Amino acid sequence: MRMPLPDQAVIAQRTELVAALREIVAADDVIADEAALRAYECDALSAYRQLPFLVVLPRDTGEVSRVLKLCGARGVKVVPRGAGTGLSGGALPLADAVTLALGKFNRILEIDYANRCVVTQPGVANLAISQAVDAAGFYYAPDPSSQIACSIGGNVAENAGGVHCLKYGLTTNNLLGLEMVLMDGEVVRFGGKQFDSEGYDLLGLTTGSEGLLGVITEVTVRILPKPSSVCALLLGFASNEAAGACVAEIIGAGIIPAGLEMMDRPAIHATEDYCHPGYPLDAEAILICELDGPEVEVDHLVARVRDFAEGCGATSVRVSQSEEERLRYWLGRKSAFPAAARIAPDYYVMDGTIPRARMPEVLNRIAALAREYDLLVANVFHAGDGNLHPLIMYDANNPGELERTEEMGSKILKYCVEVGGVLTGEHGVGVEKRDLMGEMFNEDDLNQQQRVKCAFDPAQLLNPGKMFPTLHRCAELGRMHVHRGQAAFPHLPRF
Amino acid sequence: MAALPTGEVLKPADAEQLGEALRWAVAETRPLEVVGGGTKRQLGRPVQSAALLDLSALSKIENYEPEELVLSARAATPLAEIEAALAARDQMLAFEPADYGRLYATANDCANGSRATLGGALACNLSGPRRIKAGAARDHLLGFKAVSGRAETFKAGGRVVKNVTGYDLCKLLAGSYGTLAAMSEVTIKVLPAPERTRTVLLFGLDDAAAIGALGAAVASPHEVSGAAHLPVPAARRSAVAYVSGAGAAVTAVRVEGFGPSVLARCAALRAQLGHLGAIEELHSKHSLTLWQEVRDATLLGAGAEGAAPRPLWRLSVPPSEGPAVAARLQAETEAEALFDWAGGLVWLAVAPSADAAHEAVRASVAAAGGHATLIRAAPEVRATVPVFQPQPPALAALSARIKANFDPAGVLNPGRMYAGV
Repeated sequence: MRMPLPDQAVIAQRTELVAALREIVAADDVIADEAALRAYECDALSAYRQLPFLVVLPRDTGEVSRVLKLCGARGVKVVPRGAGTGLSGGALPLADAVTLALGKFNRILEIDYANRCVVTQPGVANLAISQAVDAAGFYYAPDPSSQIACSIGGNVAENAGGVHCLKYGLTTNNLLGLEMVLMDGEVVRFGGKQFDSEGYDLLGLTTGSEGLLGVITEVTVRILPKPSSVCALLLGFASNEAAGACVAEIIGAGIIPAGLEMMDRPAIHATEDYCHPGYPLDAEAILICELDGPEVEVDHLVARVRDFAEGCGATSVRVSQSEEERLRYWLGRKSAFPAAARIAPDYYVMDGTIPRARMPEVLNRIAALAREYDLLVANVFHAGDGNLHPLIMYDANNPGELERTEEMGSKILKYCVEVGGVLTGEHGVGVEKRDLMGEMFNEDDLNQQQRVKCAFDPAQLLNPGKMFPTLHRCAELGRMHVHRGQAAFPHLPRF
Repeated sequence: MAALPTGEVLKPADAEQLGEALRWAVAETRPLEVVGGGTKRQLGRPVQSAALLDLSALSKIENYEPEELVLSARAATPLAEIEAALAARDQMLAFEPADYGRLYATANDCANGSRATLGGALACNLSGPRRIKAGAARDHLLGFKAVSGRAETFKAGGRVVKNVTGYDLCKLLAGSYGTLAAMSEVTIKVLPAPERTRTVLLFGLDDAAAIGALGAAVASPHEVSGAAHLPVPAARRSAVAYVSGAGAAVTAVRVEGFGPSVLARCAALRAQLGHLGAIEELHSKHSLTLWQEVRDATLLGAGAEGAAPRPLWRLSVPPSEGPAVAARLQAETEAEALFDWAGGLVWLAVAPSADAAHEAVRASVAAAGGHATLIRAAPEVRATVPVFQPQPPALAALSARIKANFDPAGVLNPGRMYAGV
């Protein structure tokens, strides 16, 4: 992976920098020795590793502000990091950058039931928010599969999704406010507890900005009342096409399930071997369709979905009769990654999104690529919103196998774009998909995005080397190309 | 409608001509006022422009795929046309775009039907009562094509709901009031229309009790999709007889969805809220009328016949603070209120004056958290009083840097939101 060249002038001032940082944060909160730095050398995209230059563990917004100001003044790059569960290398360290890890920001600050929101520090785990409000009958809707460990700050930085975002939206749709520190140390607040922010929607703009625009120090999320009942159907099909047709029928009937997941044959078998959820092993594909709401609505929709499944030739139809059974259906789906890890030493998770209707042909294309590259692929798929997660299994110890995996992965993503989809649905661009951005965007599109970066961080010190394939200087991007007096603009209708 | 400016009118027929219009404006340093259907020209600070950029010819539904829940249209396609196309497939714009055009329009304009456009609703991020359940306009914009103030054509987003590829410029453009780029085409998420709609009405509650009841309703598992409170004068102006004839304040809770579910949830809400007093239920047509009145803020009235219309403020505050914000203001000045979003959206009509009571409004909002926008006032008032909430210096500077990066020459709606932006 090609990363920005380390700045030797920065590396030369390491001792001085450590001393200056220890004047801002407690001495122990600056990590400088190699053994301890090792823990931060990668995120969950572990194929890429780099020992950080330094790691700093700030404890409050003031410390974050002073650290950024110091780094900004000295031209030192900064890589923000949450829980390190990201799948696109967004928190991959740089050899000349301070990794700013927000793990000590681990407190929920306020639970405000009257306004149905929670104010929290960014290092709090996603699931901990739902747990904190559970007894009062509320939850936080976005539920990425790493929700036990992933931090809410990281969720905001990546605009994380999860199985329930079909009905309840991604992180961005469930946020009310942020506090963020800019690279010059300035502290800004976007939104609050109200439903919309004033002025430009910087809350929306910074959500999913992958740590390139600022460091998140406080998050206000909406919480929702828990549905009064939940039920899941486990549907088996003899082909991917039949499962895809059933998805189309459900959505076409105006039903938006709480979750609508698909797994293909390799994924069914891998998870069945791993945790025995009781999936139908004769099926080529299964759907898990979860419906929530008032009991009368759930009963009504379960009957309709069952009809659609049978109409599409389902080979098995099961309706969860208990909470234990419903959770068992999900157990397999949520264990897909560890199940893959048991089959092969390494696996690579893809994250393209495609129009729902193109699903069968994309799966066929993936199968053909798997044969061509001689690699095993299992597919888990947020079928309701077209978000595909092929898991490519490989062994990094076999020379050339990682490269083959990467090449196959990029072919899958290019195909997703070709059929009208996008490179990443919920994992982010990071370093992983950075060099594929040109498949979706032309130079003008990317330049305009980088100008947003210039408004927040003109020296481009915050998380460089992520998201954009080519870094242009802000002075160059700011230049206007005006062709004065060139033209009569002959085609312009005027009145 | 206000008279057109005396300067030139540029009316591009397609995206290419839109690019040319911007190249001209940049080359000649001629600021443009960007207009779609022209229904909201009185919203925002008056723009000092040399020419009008009329996008109304960019009107066509390009690609509607009901099974993918996605629609692409040229930016100035009338909302009415979009909504009709969606209704034919039992779908809708879930964010329930508000049409503030009626707040400014003459009787004559109304008779001709609204020319509000999809691009206009998105550019102003106008969301209706369903905001509390389905999200805002900004949450439904999936992608766009636009020309920046650099006269560069660019695109962002895509045609799928789940997409984190690059910065979310859709959020930035939604609510930017045409100050960053002129959109030529937008792609939006659409959703199934509810099979059935009903509204539970409570009568005679004061503001605080009403917002308490609405808070309980939206915190219940009954998936409430509208939560509004109409004090007596607002209720009286409703076209729905149950509401106008009540002779009391009316608090409304909307439930939408599949038939059996709506009936069950209405019954549950009546049981939950029944102890608060008299209760009634509105069915489909009356329910639709009432929520349209709430959505477009038409229940506050313009004031005395022949006099200048009353200035109208839109306050976005933490929902539980709504009643206190209104009460603080009403203690200081003559103001009439209407509450939506379970108290989170407060509409206030104040007596006409040179400053539209802006200091009292800002002070009231500052105490609660949130912001206020002066939605309707005479041009001379909007030229002197900040229309949008003044921002802290760091935020204002950041907004100005964003503007400068999209529109360095200041040719797109200059000053519409803030001086210099």
